[in-house]
Amino acid sequence: MAVTTYSGAEQYNFDIVKKFAVMSLIWAVVGMFVGVYIASELAWPFLNFDSPYFSFGRFRPVHTSAVIFGFGGSALFATSYYVVQRTCQTRLISDGMASFTFWGWQTIIVTAALSYVMGYSQGREYAEMEWPIDLLIEVVWVTYLILFVGTIMRRKQPHIYVANWFYLAFILATALLHTFNNLAMPIDLFSMKSYSLFAGTQDAMTQWWYGHNAVGFFLTAAFLGMMYYFVPKQAGRPIYSYRLSIVHFWALGFMYMWVGAHHLHWTALPDWTSSLAAAFSILLLMPSWGGMINGIMTLSGAWDKMRTDPIMRFMIVALSFYGMSTFEGPMMSLKEVNALSHYTDWTVGHVHSGALGWVAMISFGSLYHMIPKLWDTKMYSQKLIEWHFWLATIGIVLYIVAMWISGITQGLMWRSFDEFGNLQYSFAESVAAMMPFYAMRAIGGMFFLSGAVLMLFNSLMTIRQAKQENAVLEAKLAAKLARA
Amino acid sequence: MNFNFKHEWIETNIGLMAVLTMLAISVGGLVEIAPLFFIDKTIEKVEGVRPYTPLEQRGRDIYVREGCYLCHSQMIRPFRDEKLRYGHYSLAAESQYDHPFQWGSKRTGPDLARVGGKYSNEWQVQHLVAPRSMVPESVMPNYPWLLSTPLDISDAADRMKALRKVGVPYSLTQEEYKANVVKFGETVAPLLHIPDAQKNLLEQANFGNYDGDRSGISEMDALVAYLQVLGTMIDFSKYNDDAFVDNR
Repeated sequence: MAVTTYSGAEQYNFDIVKKFAVMSLIWAVVGMFVGVYIASELAWPFLNFDSPYFSFGRFRPVHTSAVIFGFGGSALFATSYYVVQRTCQTRLISDGMASFTFWGWQTIIVTAALSYVMGYSQGREYAEMEWPIDLLIEVVWVTYLILFVGTIMRRKQPHIYVANWFYLAFILATALLHTFNNLAMPIDLFSMKSYSLFAGTQDAMTQWWYGHNAVGFFLTAAFLGMMYYFVPKQAGRPIYSYRLSIVHFWALGFMYMWVGAHHLHWTALPDWTSSLAAAFSILLLMPSWGGMINGIMTLSGAWDKMRTDPIMRFMIVALSFYGMSTFEGPMMSLKEVNALSHYTDWTVGHVHSGALGWVAMISFGSLYHMIPKLWDTKMYSQKLIEWHFWLATIGIVLYIVAMWISGITQGLMWRSFDEFGNLQYSFAESVAAMMPFYAMRAIGGMFFLSGAVLMLFNSLMTIRQAKQENAVLEAKLAAKLARA
Repeated sequence: MNFNFKHEWIETNIGLMAVLTMLAISVGGLVEIAPLFFIDKTIEKVEGVRPYTPLEQRGRDIYVREGCYLCHSQMIRPFRDEKLRYGHYSLAAESQYDHPFQWGSKRTGPDLARVGGKYSNEWQVQHLVAPRSMVPESVMPNYPWLLSTPLDISDAADRMKALRKVGVPYSLTQEEYKANVVKFGETVAPLLHIPDAQKNLLEQANFGNYDGDRSGISEMDALVAYLQVLGTMIDFSKYNDDAFVDNR
């Protein structure tokens, strides 16, 4: 391990990986804190404090952007730069471009969060950033693409490792989705406010084509790339099936793009579109589970690691949640189920079983693997990793269970009739029934957040410890040289 | 023909891999989005739907700014319970001038697609300032600043111009104005005329007095004007029950 880092310092650009890794943890804590805060606002509305800057509607995009693009995005930059260099055995083609993506990306997250609080929003879920920020994303993203593909072109061996296919698909798809979903007309060049190019039905379809594939590529394909490198590394075993990885890569990439319209079942979108999306959503179960099986089965022959290695446990639990939420998703895209689940908290629970269970857990596992390697040391505390694992797992379970119960309750209350055929409940009664579950969800979020705080602490202590070790080593070396 | 495909060709050639990936991910969107612009049936032919007046549009901008869509949908589904609770299911035509659409995805609060006219202006104002004073179970934030913030009307015309560029039929020239008279009638067309934006906005706000305070025009005036027009443009008594079934 020590050898790789010493030669690694020149061979690879690990500096950029370190920066993104640390920012990823910071955004995790910030984004999840805001998440807990807005969850608490729903349970205890006084927390809005009559202030425009803290009100739920402006704060919620701060949460989603900070966790998806801040935490998830930085984790993806960090791991993709690490994986592409390690698997291609070459350095990133440009340190300057890498550095630009880092500062550009952090600027995007900070300005986005500030702009939402100030009241600038495109009113499109997960794409609330106004046009100047969208343009900056475009520039950073193209730089990222050039850097990533350029580095692959300089690889030392003919084959491109499977993790890189997934990262590539994620970069290309994100560029495509971001560009078309953010076509808009600013009021004038000095105004942050713009109006989307499309209207009504077409706009809805474009937005959910983007929205679901932000999940499909940003939050799935990319994290599968992460999985394809770090799971075999941590398990010390090769990927279970090469053939399966080929089949599920192409199937996943092709099919995901069709499913967005299942967010628009029973709406004014024509039936043919949403039926097509439902059909593809069900088909999508197969490539999704292909990936899950390939990941979990990689552990065959090393199952004991589930007991002994908390990092492995993060990864396997992540894959299990991936399997679970990619089963739940197709089920919710059936029109009959969707009639009940849509507009309710069930959707929110589903998103979080994917986002916390899969995306965050695989990122935690990968970062725990990568951080000691980057700083050439051991994690400061194994015990804290154990604690993090259990806090996170309990937090997810509390969260999802709360949202299942509240979502199904809402759905059923809205559609119940009394014996005279009138609506049984007023809307307000269904809101009142949610209170205990909103509180439970906020508590689940607190568990998950406290795990992330432990991780940030553990990682910062690891970095400090590495610096001390380095100083001791250098002192010894200096002493040796002085004696010689 | 001796054609022996090997996946190895793709995984040793980054250019080929990138091109094939782009192809694979482009199909779904092309098939599902592009036809919506060309199939006439996508948007129902229906009378009454018009672009928003300058004041309503400013209200809509505030609705977007405050992120109302995160808790309120504007899309009624064709179910018995939704018909009883909210009214006739939403038509595509009703959001044809909505840039961006605000159908929403979550009902932490009720659907607002047909909230227009359901409550008085006074109720709306009081509810926005202090929701729990009207609905004790509500978890909605208070929006007192809407009442105390004067509405910025300086760029009302610019906003309409931007919307005109993306296809909303606001009129800038006399020809466009005349076309609007034909399309929307003599009472509506003047409201859509950009050169009169400021005048129209002031007139509607002063006449409507939505926030109940005559001393000035607040953001509350605009937002309530918007809420009160939602879902009211079509007279459904003119259409029989299955008039729009073919469009789905």
